[in-house]
Amino acid sequence: MRHRVCLTVNGKAEEFDVEPRLLLCHLLRAYVGLTGTNIGCDTSQCGSCTVLMDGKAVKSCTVLAVQADGSEVTTIEGLAGADGLHSVQQSFWDNHGLQCGFCTPGMIMTAVEILDRNPDASDADVRHGLEGNICRCTGYENIVKSIVAAGARQS
Amino acid sequence: MGRYVGTSVKRVEDPRFIQGKGRYVANIQFPDMVYVAIKRSPEAHARITRIDTSAAAAMDGVVAVFTGQDFKDGGCGSLPCGWLVPDTKVPDRPIVVTDRVCHVGDSVAVVAARTPYIAADAVEAIEVDYEPLPTVVDARGAMDEGAPLVHAEIEDNVSYHWALGDQEACDKAFAEADEVVEVELVNQRLIPTAMEPRAAAAQWDAASEEMTVWTTSQNPHPIRLLLSAFTLGIPESKLRVISPDVGGGFGSKIFHYPEEVIVPWVAREVGRPARWVATRTESQMTDSQGRDHVTVAKLAMTSDGAFTGLDVETWANQGAYLSTFAPLIPTALYITLLSGNYKMPGVFGKVHGTLTNTVPVDAYRGAGRPEAAYLVERLVDLAATRLGRDPLDLRRQNAIPKEDFPYQTPVAFLYDSGDYDRLMTTAADRADYAGMRQAQAEARAEGKLRGVGVVCCIEASGPAPSAVAGSLGSAVGFWESGEVRVHPTGQVSVFTGSHAHGQGHETTLAQVVADELGVPIESVEVVHGDTGRVNFGMGTYGSRSACVGGSALVRSAEKVRAKVLRIGAHLLEAAEEDVVYDRDTGRVHVKGSPDSGKDFGELAFAAYTAHNLPEGMEPGLDFVSFYDPANFTFPASSHICEVEVCSDTWEVRILRYVAVDDVGKVINPMIVEGQLQGGIVQGVGQALTEIGAYSDDGQLLSGTLLEYAVPRADLLPGIEVDRIETPSPHNPLGVKGAGEMGTIAATPVVANAVLDALAPLGVTHIELPLTPERIWRAVQAAGNGA
Ligand code: FES
Ligand code: FES
Repeated sequence: MRHRVCLTVNGKAEEFDVEPRLLLCHLLRAYVGLTGTNIGCDTSQCGSCTVLMDGKAVKSCTVLAVQADGSEVTTIEGLAGADGLHSVQQSFWDNHGLQCGFCTPGMIMTAVEILDRNPDASDADVRHGLEGNICRCTGYENIVKSIVAAGARQS
Repeated sequence: MGRYVGTSVKRVEDPRFIQGKGRYVANIQFPDMVYVAIKRSPEAHARITRIDTSAAAAMDGVVAVFTGQDFKDGGCGSLPCGWLVPDTKVPDRPIVVTDRVCHVGDSVAVVAARTPYIAADAVEAIEVDYEPLPTVVDARGAMDEGAPLVHAEIEDNVSYHWALGDQEACDKAFAEADEVVEVELVNQRLIPTAMEPRAAAAQWDAASEEMTVWTTSQNPHPIRLLLSAFTLGIPESKLRVISPDVGGGFGSKIFHYPEEVIVPWVAREVGRPARWVATRTESQMTDSQGRDHVTVAKLAMTSDGAFTGLDVETWANQGAYLSTFAPLIPTALYITLLSGNYKMPGVFGKVHGTLTNTVPVDAYRGAGRPEAAYLVERLVDLAATRLGRDPLDLRRQNAIPKEDFPYQTPVAFLYDSGDYDRLMTTAADRADYAGMRQAQAEARAEGKLRGVGVVCCIEASGPAPSAVAGSLGSAVGFWESGEVRVHPTGQVSVFTGSHAHGQGHETTLAQVVADELGVPIESVEVVHGDTGRVNFGMGTYGSRSACVGGSALVRSAEKVRAKVLRIGAHLLEAAEEDVVYDRDTGRVHVKGSPDSGKDFGELAFAAYTAHNLPEGMEPGLDFVSFYDPANFTFPASSHICEVEVCSDTWEVRILRYVAVDDVGKVINPMIVEGQLQGGIVQGVGQALTEIGAYSDDGQLLSGTLLEYAVPRADLLPGIEVDRIETPSPHNPLGVKGAGEMGTIAATPVVANAVLDALAPLGVTHIELPLTPERIWRAVQAAGNGA
């Protein structure tokens, strides 16, 4: 049994013919070819796969493609406008907010939502807001710094 | 000189990662690709009585199903062990088992299918009957009389015994000691958990008989060597191994794994490109794991606190098979570090490497050195308690004084340089140690469980002098290659045999070469991780890339400079001794007249046109060096941590964490700080949250990220990082390596802090991780139960 799924991914409307069990992260990576969304676990713990679905951060390994039907999805590849980097991306670069880069797309997408809700997020707010994202490299120090700095720049 | 080295140049690799353009192995996709999935053993030890692959093979979309026999018949050799101490017993480790599984996760059968989902379905459809066999999981219990044997031919489950040190001096120290403190402790099993699960992809070109393998490896050349010589059998000249962007390794991606053989073998067999990507659960149960020691030790001292001897016996769990470097970790990287940062005449250690029905154990960040540091630093705290001394003060009393370097320990190492007293006083000042103790006294008076931990730790980095490694059991050398290729336009490509998987080599090594040549950093690109482009190199682990890999590049850059200088002198019609190479600008000019000179680009071009070169000079400007270090380097650290244990929930809250490290000269302070911060949080994870737990029947109880608790962002309130620099005297950069020091110091400092907090309750020891449950049990056992 296959299903038709219509999605707008990074501003572009597309249609897919999918199995009902297909995960959104696999649709993005294998069907759309957007491999920036990484997969770090199989129990919805790590947040590497975080994307924005209708503006909200979701773990795309925990959403079925059919559930995303009709929604607008933004991945790390679509975050920045034509004018270069999104302020959160820039801030991660400026503050050494990444090492191996694997958790980074998910961290950045989560950060966008944290700052959307509260651009003045404090160090502690950010640490709390990152509870669903794991980074094994940075010890979070510079991720937190990057997000707080991006917020300060936005507000 | 030195426009870049020592400054926090922003990382050149970041733009691709922050835009989602990282080139990870899991992103490799070719038309017509088959997706490989592996049937894993759910049993820790069992005989396979039947495998039925027919239902799987018949499924729509399944391209092929293979069993262990197919791999054997197809010419796959067993995985070798690359480090053998005397009389090591090495169990056979097939790529895919044929008749017996030895740990949960052992590979039993392989599917190749049109999609990953079909491959997963087919794996489910393979039927395997197991006849369970008795299991053993405990490092020390494995040697018990009558313990089940993991491999019938290996008596007592002992792979090797190893010892080092001056036993006589040690015995004398204990015979004459005023005080002796003893401890028995476990350094628990850890699961490295790099965020990128392991993966491999392969493409076979039948016409040229060339195989390309992409793998999540920290060291593609050694993997190519092992694939060629032992497991896959394709000549090195026909085999290209690429480790593109790798999402963290921490040691776990050093080793040669079965899937690196399975995937190319399948690709050739089915005539289509193939890819395998581990699920997280699969990675947790097949990536080599870390630590897992049981240790009994005692420290001898005089009544005024001078350490005189240390006696250690350790049982090191090696798992079901010997992973690539397994015997190295608890021998030459552990016993050798038992002298710590202290002067102690009588150090002696022995270790028993045992086999169990668990996932193989090998290097994990720090690898042997954290085990040594945790043991020594716990003993020093116990000694301070026994003597009624302040633990910082006792450490300062026993620290090797800076004028004693180079310092020969009783356990083989010659420490290169250091200033441990300054390290500790810097940490104490930075933390306001006296103020912390004052605050602790006040908190205690209010009935709070406040503790302060302090450590001074040592690491041996930058492995290794090849001859020394060889004498200790290595099958390979540990030099590094570095090539500096100047193109005719003056652009520079740098090829390093080391490999970055988060460390930022594309930036730091460019800083080094740009400074050596006096060219803009933008004109230097760093290439690594591809045996098709880079000279043979040993890869990255043991904090070696700067000390060994960087030094190789310095040597090559020196050769470039020498040649450029000669060409410059020739073109300027001056004697070589009358011209200088200006390392700020890359120009060669006549001494005293900087204006009459030639630019780097002009000289590079001249090297390639070869119209007018000095008599007898070969054209071109490209040099390779193979740098074999003269010694290890010895980073050191002093960390101070303040904690409070909640007497309701028994949770540990870290109030402050101060780290002062000496990693020698620093190339990029921002990157070094990042390495330390990341390392520290991993070490805190071992202290507070992480354990690779097995049930008695060998089931891995923490096989997903639900149970295996890696630190989250809120575990620490922040880390204050500072440093001192004592340059390593024996490499041209003066660097010591920064990758592991944080991890090594963090575990004991947090443990010391928590036990200091619990001291008023009479608790003297708790096995890691210090979870609320374990703390509560210890408090109850110490007689505080209500
Ligand atoms: S891959 Fe989605 S949470 Fe880990
Ligand atoms: S940067 Fe490697 S996991 Fe976060």
